[in-house]
Amino acid sequence: MSLLAVRDLVIEIPQGEVFRGVDAARPVDGISFDIAAGECFSLLGESGCGKSMTALGLLRLLPEAARVAGGEVLFEGRDLLRLTEGEMRSVRGGGIGMVFQEPATSLNPVLRIGRQIGEALALHEGLSGTAARARVVELLTQVGIPDPARRLDEFPFQMSGGMKQRVMIAMALAGRPRLLIADEPTTALDVTIQAQVLEVLDELRRRHGMALLLISHDLGVVAKMADRVGVMYAGQLVETAPRAEFFTAPAHPYSQRLFAALPDPTRRGGRLATIPGSVPAAHVRHVGCRFAERCDEVIPACRAQPPAWHEVAAGHAVRCILGQAVAVQKVGAGATATSEAASPDFQSRLTGASRLSVSSDTRPELKVGAGDTAVDVPAPVSFADLGFPLRRQVMAAAAAAPVLRVSDLRVHFPIRRGILQRTVGLVRAVDGVSLQLQPGRTLALVGESGCGKTTVGKAILQLIAPTAGHVELAGTELTTLSPAQLRPLRAKMQMVFQDPYASLNPRLTTGEIISEGIQALRPGEAGAARLGELLEQVGLRAEMAGRYPHEFSGGQRQRIAIARALAVQPELLVCDEPTSALDVSVQAQILNLLADLQRELGLAYLFITHNLGVVDYLAHEVAVMYLGRIVERGSTDEVLRAPRHPYTQALLAAVPTLDGRGKEIVRLPGDMPSPANPPTGCHFHPRCPLAEDACRVSYPSETKVSATHDVHCLKMAG
Amino acid sequence: MNLPVQVVVLWSDALLFALTAACASFAWWTRRQAVLRAAWVRVGKDPVAMAAATVLAVFVLVGALDSLHYRARLPAQPGQPVHYAVEVNSVLDALLAPLRLNTEKTYSAPLATRLFAMETLPGSNERAFPRLVYGGAHLDAALDGHDGDVVRRTLTGLGGGLLLWLPVFLWLRKKIGAGDTVKNKANNAIAATLLGIFLLTGVALSLGSGYHVLGTDKVGQDVLYLSLKSIRTGLLIGTLTTLVTLPIAIVLGLMAGYFGGWIDDVIQYLYTTLNSIPGVLLIAAAVLMMQVVIDTHPDWFATAAERADARLLALCLILGMTSWTGLARLLRGETLKLRELEFVQAAHAFGVGPLLILRRHILPNLMHIVLIALVMDFSGLVLAEAVLSYVGVGVDPTTISFGGMINAARMELAREPMVWWSLAAAFCFMFILVLAANLFADAVREAFDPRAS
Repeated sequence: MSLLAVRDLVIEIPQGEVFRGVDAARPVDGISFDIAAGECFSLLGESGCGKSMTALGLLRLLPEAARVAGGEVLFEGRDLLRLTEGEMRSVRGGGIGMVFQEPATSLNPVLRIGRQIGEALALHEGLSGTAARARVVELLTQVGIPDPARRLDEFPFQMSGGMKQRVMIAMALAGRPRLLIADEPTTALDVTIQAQVLEVLDELRRRHGMALLLISHDLGVVAKMADRVGVMYAGQLVETAPRAEFFTAPAHPYSQRLFAALPDPTRRGGRLATIPGSVPAAHVRHVGCRFAERCDEVIPACRAQPPAWHEVAAGHAVRCILGQAVAVQKVGAGATATSEAASPDFQSRLTGASRLSVSSDTRPELKVGAGDTAVDVPAPVSFADLGFPLRRQVMAAAAAAPVLRVSDLRVHFPIRRGILQRTVGLVRAVDGVSLQLQPGRTLALVGESGCGKTTVGKAILQLIAPTAGHVELAGTELTTLSPAQLRPLRAKMQMVFQDPYASLNPRLTTGEIISEGIQALRPGEAGAARLGELLEQVGLRAEMAGRYPHEFSGGQRQRIAIARALAVQPELLVCDEPTSALDVSVQAQILNLLADLQRELGLAYLFITHNLGVVDYLAHEVAVMYLGRIVERGSTDEVLRAPRHPYTQALLAAVPTLDGRGKEIVRLPGDMPSPANPPTGCHFHPRCPLAEDACRVSYPSETKVSATHDVHCLKMAG
Repeated sequence: MNLPVQVVVLWSDALLFALTAACASFAWWTRRQAVLRAAWVRVGKDPVAMAAATVLAVFVLVGALDSLHYRARLPAQPGQPVHYAVEVNSVLDALLAPLRLNTEKTYSAPLATRLFAMETLPGSNERAFPRLVYGGAHLDAALDGHDGDVVRRTLTGLGGGLLLWLPVFLWLRKKIGAGDTVKNKANNAIAATLLGIFLLTGVALSLGSGYHVLGTDKVGQDVLYLSLKSIRTGLLIGTLTTLVTLPIAIVLGLMAGYFGGWIDDVIQYLYTTLNSIPGVLLIAAAVLMMQVVIDTHPDWFATAAERADARLLALCLILGMTSWTGLARLLRGETLKLRELEFVQAAHAFGVGPLLILRRHILPNLMHIVLIALVMDFSGLVLAEAVLSYVGVGVDPTTISFGGMINAARMELAREPMVWWSLAAAFCFMFILVLAANLFADAVREAFDPRAS
């Protein structure tokens, strides 16, 4: 018997007065799954698919407005939906534990962590005093917190994000739950920390036989952790499969597209597949398949009735009319299913005319309904299509005059204390960074949060005054210019920000947002025609200029932000994590757009990111930053294929791969030290597996591995 | 010149009309701005907002009528130059002349026919409640028909109100037509509010010709008249003070938050210092100083009304100068948050100047706070006036205000039976005024927030 059995769970959000006449929203619309003891089941899907709602529904922790409208949740044979609130409280924590996404807000900042865990212990185990303390230490040890006896008297603010998340897990474990629900447990964490936390979860599951319901949008995390995978789309499960089966032969078109949208080295030089449109709103009632509007392989039957489950293989079921066809194709073509695997035999069975009519009839409606009009027209011959060797040549030709030259850039923030605000120390956010960037090329600046990469971007644009060093843009030194002298140069360099929700002024229309730069820097060019041209250049429609940002989806907002930067015809675009707030399929749209723009306009990108998959796909050169300094720099192939710095190696090893096994793990202990108090010698030595005495003495100088590949390391791993 | 009246424009009148003109020209300008007009159209479709606006309009109308001042010409003496009365009256005073002039001896309850206090009747040693001079004077000595008369007059008033309302209602109907249901809803709200106002006015007129509808105060003045006169004072204190507060608070709050550094230090120092002085004390000191200045320069003012007006204006100024700190602090904090947002950074990247950033990116995103603070302050200031009147540093004693009414009623609450009507009247009028302002501002804020549509 399974530990948890969910049957036809429906969660509704009744609409208020304002939306009278609109049906109640159904963020979760009839999902069923089972989890066996000790198993890890993973719910996978984009934002807005109802993953978190499902988890909250299981524990009856739904927000006030939402309610469970039907179905049953059998946990160890008891229907949780029929329990009284009092009985339910013993299930929460005692039977089922939960870990939330954001560790920073999940802990009470004014209570010591020992006390917070002890609270759960007192409730579920009746422990107090020394016994409770001993158990807290035991729990903290279990989740891999070093020196737990001391740590339990600390406050949450004294801990790093990864530590806090481990404390959260320890708290969830306090009641010895048989099932742990982890809702995006590592999304807010860096890759090396993510690797640590995932390892803790995996260890607990293996050692204590605890079942795990892992909710994630990250295919890599799911590949590493899950035994079985359930793909959610618009409130329903569309595919369930064992991990190996899912990652080798995804059957649902949506799953296939998710894989195809993932930037990774094997797709370098090609375009990423995108899913047009966005997830339908939860109050939309569907007649046919929920994915039909965005599916490339849609046939009229898809819209007629909801698709039934098809068993593709043992334990692998898919909710798609094409299910059988895919199964046939899978047998024929072996286990290599990618997005392009829109089953050829199936396509041949459709007449060309019917396919054409379907797409021309339905696409315009889809645009209006889904609110996302991004049309990714494949470029005839794009730069990216040239193939890698050819691309190299094009790049080499452009290698002459760098558009950006940064040397020994330093940004130090003073720490002021006391009543007289005297400077008592310096946060060395950026501590001697040198870069070069040629026109038409992409340099990726990679590093974990807090390493100073965003500060580098802002200091280059002179948004933060550098403490020392030089920034030369197209041969002009920027650091010595007055704001007035700098103004005309600002047209040459622009920035695209991380959060598309915070980077557009909600009070201005799209047109006003985009024309701001034109008015400030190129006053002659302001006009409706130019505005329309810019909007179309980024894949929006000209008539959208009158709309406000809140009417757009995240991906569209990022397009607006890109259009705003392009408006002044820059030569250098600093992209600060432009896709990290977006879903995979939308990320693919934006990356394709950036690649197209680079090809058309010859833009140079300084691409700041922590996502190595994106780097591998997009960048020509990579610089890896650690604690304010660049530790390794070189071409993408050199740095990502043959990394020489131990930090780069650890970073690469920490990225979960889709096959779920793969690389030998170089585990990094601990967290990045504070830039206010960097370690002596090599900044990385406290976490470095190769460190020896010499590393603690002085910062290693640059070592050239090849003409383009430099490393700052004494040990220079092979 | 032999005009029957001499027009007097007090400073506060001029400001009030300037403010009205500014609002009108703003409305005219808005008509040509598509985005702004759309927002106002949204306000126009909100039934609650339109009902509140109707009530506010009636209050403003009363206030405006009370701001048209004049001095009447005295009966001409042959051979003498024309003289005008020392007393300055407003159009409202003229309209309400019966209420203003029909004063009783002292307190009387609403619709009463006798005084509230016992007196020794002339020519006897008997103590009794004497008949009022005006209230119920048309009834016979036995007061037989009192109840019937009140009912009859009420019904007449209701009927009259309804009759007057019908043409207005039909006109509104005709103007909108039947099709647009959303607009009709708002229209119906206006019509219903107007119906209420017409009925109340009808009843007040019909009863008021024979009785004191809301009773009389200590010196026998009609409380309804006092309440209507207080509206102008309330509106003036609320709007003019806010007008003084707003620029200071916005400019200093934004500068402190956006520029930081020593500018922030200076501004913070300023408002921390100002805040640490007890507010009433500061205001009392300022008002007393101002009063000394006014008293030592009697030649500045031609009439008592001008002096009272100067004092009212000075009070607004003083209240404004001392009450900007809260809003400034709020705006500073919000600006600190906004200036780090990425859209401001993006504007920096375009080299947009600080003033333009403040105007385009920061101020519009703070307007909801300003609007809420404005309305909250409005009600708070009307109340502050009452407190200051209690301390004796409020408006001039000759200026009729809600504060003065409440202050006068304060002592009488301890009486048995209680004199409740002064307080109740002031409370009801203030409550309706503040509630209407709140509801209207709420709707405006919502309509102008692009995220809420």
